[in-house]
Amino acid sequence: MAILVLAEHDNASLKLDTAKVVACGQAIGGDIDVLVIGHNCNDAVSSAQQLNGVRKVLVADAAVYANGLAENTADVVTDVAADYEHILAAASSHGKDVLPRVAALLDVNQLSEVIAVVSSDTFVRPIYAGSALATVQSLDDKKVMTVRSSAFDAVASDGSAELVTLTQEVAPQVEFISQSLTVSERPELGNASVIVSGGRAMGNSENFGILEQLADKLGGALGASRAAVDAGFVPNDLQVGQTGKIVAPDLYIAVGISGAIQHLAGMKDSKVIVAINKDPEAPIFQVADYGLEADLFEAVPQLLELL
Amino acid sequence: MKVLVPVKRVVDANVKVRVNADNTSIDTANLKMAINPFCEIAVEEAVRLKEAGSASEVIVMSIGPKASQEQLRTALALGADRAIHILTDEDLVPLSVAKLIHAVQKKEQVDLVILGKQSIDSDNNQTGQMLAAIGKMPQATFASEIKMNADQLTVTREVDGGLQTLMLPLPAVVTADLRLNEPRYAKLPNIMKAKRKPLETLTPADFDVTLKSHQTVLKVTPPAERSAGVMVSSVEELVEKLKNEAKVI
Repeated sequence: MAILVLAEHDNASLKLDTAKVVACGQAIGGDIDVLVIGHNCNDAVSSAQQLNGVRKVLVADAAVYANGLAENTADVVTDVAADYEHILAAASSHGKDVLPRVAALLDVNQLSEVIAVVSSDTFVRPIYAGSALATVQSLDDKKVMTVRSSAFDAVASDGSAELVTLTQEVAPQVEFISQSLTVSERPELGNASVIVSGGRAMGNSENFGILEQLADKLGGALGASRAAVDAGFVPNDLQVGQTGKIVAPDLYIAVGISGAIQHLAGMKDSKVIVAINKDPEAPIFQVADYGLEADLFEAVPQLLELL
Repeated sequence: MKVLVPVKRVVDANVKVRVNADNTSIDTANLKMAINPFCEIAVEEAVRLKEAGSASEVIVMSIGPKASQEQLRTALALGADRAIHILTDEDLVPLSVAKLIHAVQKKEQVDLVILGKQSIDSDNNQTGQMLAAIGKMPQATFASEIKMNADQLTVTREVDGGLQTLMLPLPAVVTADLRLNEPRYAKLPNIMKAKRKPLETLTPADFDVTLKSHQTVLKVTPPAERSAGVMVSSVEELVEKLKNEAKVI
């Protein structure tokens, strides 16, 4: 039986998450098809065709799919599900929105945030904010799962998959009003190799400027703790943690972040963790490879100077 | 309009949990339990809709062991009108939970179900979406703002990269994100009053719902420990180590 991967894209381009979910599909083993649902999404489709190990790219292109609404997307996925034993999507806000709806339409349960494949029906996923790992065997005939993309390496773009156009269309149920996305020149949090994150100790949004400079100098992305987001220092979509983004960059620099369980859940799989904090008792030092007990307003400018 | 809010009893968010000795689950004996924080936000939003005159009644429900009634009483103290407890000692997967919630929704003729976006124990983030699918209802997940006008619901959602606004016809399902509101504290007189509010106990067998076995947890293990790091004494030393030892910059 085959594996279906729901593509993550913004119509204009395919997200790297898709290449990582395809890697999870390869770990399961079987023919992998990618489903692109969107509108005027030709570029995303051709990128999907190039993903290594992909057999076919199925495309549903219509105006009704333009905003990736869960109701429409889930109906399309469910329509093509008959031919597949595994249905995978990234554990992004889109994947989390759509896939449980698909699972329920197929009357199966879902496995969320899979981080490892044990066999074609057994997978590992974190529970309790990553405080434990559960090895779960699915008893359902179809395995519907979201994949934590930080746990898989993206496949190469050297393939040439066959293109299949789907023609069925679904009726819209929800009206899309508007979207306001944070515009940033920096790499996306999920794909950055370096992340500089700030917490409550930053004090205000102006002070985040020095972290932005540090992120830019390192070619990295900016992140934040819940405290910094709640205080309005930075937008919500920069939140790293159990309920924000889960990241695993090569280098994670936590500045003025105490290291609550919920924050650690989002970054403790980073390769190298650096903590800068003036409180020597802060729990962040227990997971940091390099800890510096210092006032961030002295240490960060110094760091900028030395880099 | 009636609003239904399912709440879950979970280990308190501030407790550090441990895997039990035989690696079969989390050791929850004697741990502090609480309403899942996202469910608390859902209750608060429903109560605010009632205070604003948009909702006529707020019903809270929970599925779980007898002790779940503590969390239902808390929700009643926060302003819910009445509670439904579906008593079961089984650990149900989100699909089964969604089927039971849908059964209650049908029985009670509810137009809006507000849930938390995820429970902080199993971290599934599935139940609301599944409920919407089962009831063929529209869904607005990860809501950070809800507005009611007539029978239209306008919801702002937190998505990767920013915010998105949708308009949904009722009946509908909304799942609450952290940013939706700041839940109130239950005052003592309200806690006392909550003891007299109606709490109905049912069992899964009272509903015409077939619950299947969907998955088996083979084992639960602690995550790999990170080896202890080093404290550096200066920014110079930090940069030197990142360049030459860790080789990440």
